[in-house]
Amino acid sequence: MAVETESEGTAFGEVSRWKDVVFEYVTLAATLLGIVTLGVLLAYVTVDAVGWLDLQFLTSPPHPLPEEAGLFPALVGSILLMVLIALITFPLGVGAAIYLEEYASDNALTRFIQLNIANLAGVPSVVYGLLGLGLFVQLVNFGYGTLLVAGFTVSLLILPIVIISAQEAIRSVPDSLRQASYGMGATKRQTIRNVVLPRSLPGIMTGTILALGRAIGETAPLIMIGVPTTVFGVPTGLFAKFSAMPMQIYTWSSYPDTAFQYGVVSAGVVTLLVVLLSVNSIAILIRNKYQTENST
Amino acid sequence: MSDATTPDLTRKGGQNTRELAYRIGFFTCALLSVLTTLAIVLTLLGDAATFFSEVSPVEFLTGTTWSPANDPVNFGVLPLITGTLVITFGAAVIALPVGLLTAIYLSEYASDRARSALKPAIEVLAGVPTVVYGYFALVYITPALSVVFPTISTFNALSASIIVGIMIIPMVSSISEDAMSAVPDSLREASYGLGATRFTVSTSVVVPASVSGIASSYILALSRAIGETMAVTIAAGNTPRLVDLTDPAGIFLNSIQTMTAAMVQLGASDVTGQSIAYRSLFAVGLALFVITFAMNLISEWVASRYREVYR
Repeated sequence: MAVETESEGTAFGEVSRWKDVVFEYVTLAATLLGIVTLGVLLAYVTVDAVGWLDLQFLTSPPHPLPEEAGLFPALVGSILLMVLIALITFPLGVGAAIYLEEYASDNALTRFIQLNIANLAGVPSVVYGLLGLGLFVQLVNFGYGTLLVAGFTVSLLILPIVIISAQEAIRSVPDSLRQASYGMGATKRQTIRNVVLPRSLPGIMTGTILALGRAIGETAPLIMIGVPTTVFGVPTGLFAKFSAMPMQIYTWSSYPDTAFQYGVVSAGVVTLLVVLLSVNSIAILIRNKYQTENST
Repeated sequence: MSDATTPDLTRKGGQNTRELAYRIGFFTCALLSVLTTLAIVLTLLGDAATFFSEVSPVEFLTGTTWSPANDPVNFGVLPLITGTLVITFGAAVIALPVGLLTAIYLSEYASDRARSALKPAIEVLAGVPTVVYGYFALVYITPALSVVFPTISTFNALSASIIVGIMIIPMVSSISEDAMSAVPDSLREASYGLGATRFTVSTSVVVPASVSGIASSYILALSRAIGETMAVTIAAGNTPRLVDLTDPAGIFLNSIQTMTAAMVQLGASDVTGQSIAYRSLFAVGLALFVITFAMNLISEWVASRYREVYR
């Protein structure tokens, strides 16, 4: 683009090509700022993790010596927690989305539920931790820092995200398919089961898996419900205490030892991000497969 | 949901009990979200009420010392609120302009290809766990800042603000961009027809037309910054300190404590179920919930205004 200045006036005052070009670069720089910063930080942490992230690290329990410290119990704990959360949020989230999209009429109650879900998505995660502490630990007495309490607490936390994404997936099913099903004499339940759900399932799966990715990074609610900072074994049942990767990273990051700060924690961060990335790529794979199937 | 033009072919009156059972089952799932909100409010109110029977709300809201665990115990929430405001202000200085400029670039300048690559890349910023951001701030950003500010503490509000600012950029940019995309092209074409440049179209037409969407994104982002927990706990430290406005540099270069960080500190310590320190946790949680819930409601209300305009 040629840089030139026009002096003739318009309704917008003086037109300046020069200003236009500068502004484009300023907005581009702003766009890249966060991405580049994160990229640099990720490069640093990856370099620091080299030499620390090995098989010994992935298969050993935590240890006061940085050379012998490992992530195994936290890694297993995180994966078990994720499975538990998936089992809880999937049916509840899809059920709520089906109600809101297929059954609910546009009345005050529906709008209230909808607004409520949107607001819950913005409640700080530490507050969900207090909910878990008050409800599942104190009232129901499932025990401090157990897998079950963590599963319920984090499930409630990501449920709004699961519902909102499942609603979008169900909404994208064309109405003509529903009408055709009803035209064949199918009931509402049959239409949902045979037409709406199969068609929207990939979208629902994608949203749920992305929400699970968020769940494995959650730390504050786990601290509030008393998940122990250091655990040396893998959980043996739903009522067993356990640890999770973000908890272990939080604990290690407070160690003053530089071998921990720039070695062990870096390895933990890279492991957490790799698991997160794998989970998200599964979601993207499902979405891409679904998109190609639709286009053919 | 069927719209007005397609006839409703669902059977009326032919609903048997099984159909009804399914309907009730799905309704219960949807109702669970309302019950969650109710449970949050009741849990927080229950323990906070016991707390306020022992510590007067006036003392809680006007006290200038927060020391729930060590003698003498003080439950003045002001140091925590000012600490939270410092982080929110610092994060806003970064995220609000950067997020707005990002939205303008994506909506007005970027080619389709650039947009399809940049949008997901920016969304990644919101997907990184906050505990990881806290670690980044502590071990990479603070040492880098100490080159510029030699007096900076290991734990400081500045690096926490920077990292929170970076993580809330996507909240500003994605909602603002949605609002900008909703501005009809006819407005843009009209101004191009008058000889305007992209700069003028962006700043004099698109931004003013989408101002309520932008405002909504700003409120939501600030609400996220207020509720952000792990990054500020790890990077800003745990020094409940009333902000001293006569020393602006000291505010950001030293350790502070936010409401969320105080909650994590209490939660991680051995406060038992019946102690007053345990109850103060719920009082701070209630204050945090009320603030963020109000902001989310306002953001939703402001956003609903821009959705109406161009229909």
